[in-house]
Amino acid sequence: MFEQQIINGLTLGSVYALIALGYTMVYGIIQLINFAHGEIYMIGAFAGVTMVTMLGQGFFVSITVAMLVCMVLGVVLERVAYRPLRKSTRLAALISAIGASIFLQNAMMLWKGPQPVGFPQVINDAIYHIGPIEVSKVQLIILATSAILMAVLNYIIKYVKIGKAMRAASQDYDTASLMGININRVISFTFAIGSALAAAAGVLVGMYFNSVAPLMGVMAGLKAFCAAVLGGIGSIPGAMLGGIFLGVAETMGIAAGFSTYKDAIAFTLLIIVLLFKPTGLLGKPIQRKV
Amino acid sequence: MNQIFESILDPYYMQVLTLLGIYIIAALGLNLITGATGMFSFGHAAYFAVGAYGAAILTVNFGFPFYIALVAGGLMASLAAIIIGFPALRLTGDYLGIVTLGFGEIIRVVFLNMKITGGAIGLSGIAKETNLSIVIVLVMVTVYIMYALDNSRFGRALVAIREDDIAAESMGINVMTYKMKAFALGCFFAGIAGGLYSHLILYINPSDFGFAKSFEFLCFVVLGGLGSIPGVILGTTVLTLAPEFLRAVADYRMMIYGALMVFMMIIRPKGLLGDVNLHRIFFKKKYQKQANRSTAAGG
Repeated sequence: MFEQQIINGLTLGSVYALIALGYTMVYGIIQLINFAHGEIYMIGAFAGVTMVTMLGQGFFVSITVAMLVCMVLGVVLERVAYRPLRKSTRLAALISAIGASIFLQNAMMLWKGPQPVGFPQVINDAIYHIGPIEVSKVQLIILATSAILMAVLNYIIKYVKIGKAMRAASQDYDTASLMGININRVISFTFAIGSALAAAAGVLVGMYFNSVAPLMGVMAGLKAFCAAVLGGIGSIPGAMLGGIFLGVAETMGIAAGFSTYKDAIAFTLLIIVLLFKPTGLLGKPIQRKV
Repeated sequence: MNQIFESILDPYYMQVLTLLGIYIIAALGLNLITGATGMFSFGHAAYFAVGAYGAAILTVNFGFPFYIALVAGGLMASLAAIIIGFPALRLTGDYLGIVTLGFGEIIRVVFLNMKITGGAIGLSGIAKETNLSIVIVLVMVTVYIMYALDNSRFGRALVAIREDDIAAESMGINVMTYKMKAFALGCFFAGIAGGLYSHLILYINPSDFGFAKSFEFLCFVVLGGLGSIPGVILGTTVLTLAPEFLRAVADYRMMIYGALMVFMMIIRPKGLLGDVNLHRIFFKKKYQKQANRSTAAGG
C-alpha cells in the first residue's frame, strides 16, 4: 500500500517537477514569477490532443510537436508581455503575466469550449506487478520521459555553451552581459526550454488522466510554483526535489483520507518549509547588506 | 437617498456601481498593505471571504443587526490577518507573496469543508441590506481615512518601511509592529467590503473567493498606480467597468480584458496614475506662488 502510493506520488511529482523547472529557470534569471506558465502547460496538453485526434499521430510525435509549439509560444510571450517591462517594477511584470494568462485561457476556451476534452489512448495500457506494487505502462512512460528530459536539461545547463551562459546570467545579470553574453538570447532560450518542459508535462498529464481542460493549468501551475519555491526558487535541483516531494506528499495526504483538503496540502507544506528555511530546501540564504 | 438613485438608474447598473464601490473599499485596503508598506499580499480575497462569511453567518444564523455584523466581519478579517501575519510577515518580497497566496487558498479550502459555511453548496438566504447609498457613504469614509493615514505619523512610518526597512528600524520605527498594524487594518477594509458583498449578492460560495479574486484586487491596485489613492480608485473603476463595456464583443470579452491588462501595463508600467501628483495639478497656483516666494526670498 505504502510502496504503491510512493509510485503514484512519484508519477505526479515528476510532472510537477517538469513544470516547476520552467518557473525556477525564469525566476533565476529575471526574478519574474511567470504566472502564464500554467497556461503554457495547458496549451501543450491541447496541442498533444490535437495531434492525436486530428492527425492520428502516436505518442512520440505528439509530445515532440507539443513541445515545439510551446517553445515558440513561450518565446513570443516573453517578447510581447515581459520584455517591455524588464526595467520596471516586479509587480508590473506580474500583472502583465496575469493578463497574459487570462488571455491564453480564454483564447483556448473560445476554441475548444470550457468543457474537458477526452485524451484518446495513444498506447495500449498494461499493468505490471512488481511484488505487491502495481505499475501501469503509462506511469512508466511518464517516469521515463521526465527522467530523460531532466537529464537532457542537466546536460544542457552543465556542458553546452548556452547553458553555461544561463548559469552566468542567473548569477549576475549585469556582469554576464559585460562578458559578451547576449542576455536577450539567453532569456528567450530559457523561456523556450521551460515552455517545452511544461508542454511535455501537459501531454503526460493528459495521457495519465485521459482528459485536458482549458482551466487545468491554473491549479497545476500554482502547485508547481509552490514546488519551485519549496525546493528553493532559482535552483534547478531544488525544483526537481520540490516537485517530487510535493507529489508524494499530496498522494500520501489523499491516501490518508484528506482528499477534501487536497488543494491545501501543497500550500500547508510550503508554509511550514518557508517558516523554517525562508529560501526553500536548496535555496541559498539571502544576504542583506546595509 | 437610495430612491433618487433608483429613479435614475436601472437595477442592473445600480448593482454594477454598488459592486464597484465595494471593490474600491477592498482595493484601498490592499493599497495600504502593498502600496504604502510594500508588502506583497496575493491572498486578499481570503480576508474578503472572512468578512463575507462572518457577517452573513451573524445576520442569518444569529439574527445580528446588519451594521454590527458588518463591523464584526471586518474585525474577524483583521483577526485572521493577525494570526496569519504573525508567522508570514517575517518573510519579505516574493516569498511573502507566495505565503499569503497559500494562506488564502487554505482559508478557501477550510470554508469549503466547514459545516456552518454550507461547504461547497454555499451560504444562501442572506437578506439584502447593501445598497448604493450605504456603499457610497462607506467609500467616502474609507477614502477619508486613507488620506488621513497618508499624512499621519503612522502612514509616514509605513512609507519609510517600504523605502528601506533597515533604515526605518534604525530611526526607531518598530518595523514588525507597524507591518502587522498595516496588514490588520488593510484586511479590516477587505472584511467590511466582504460583508457588503455578501449582503448584496445574497449567495456566497467558497469558489467566489479563490486566488483569481485576489489577483483581481492586486490588478486594481497595481494598474491604477501603487500607493496612489486616486489611482487605485481609477484602476478599480476601469477594470470593473471594462467587462461591461466589452459586452459588445461578447465571446472575445475576457480575451480582450487580458490583452488590455498587458497593454496598459506596458504603456504605463507605474500604473495609470502612478507618477502623477494630482494635488500639484489641481492646485498649480498655490505651488507656483510658493515657488515664486522661495525664489524671491533666495534672491
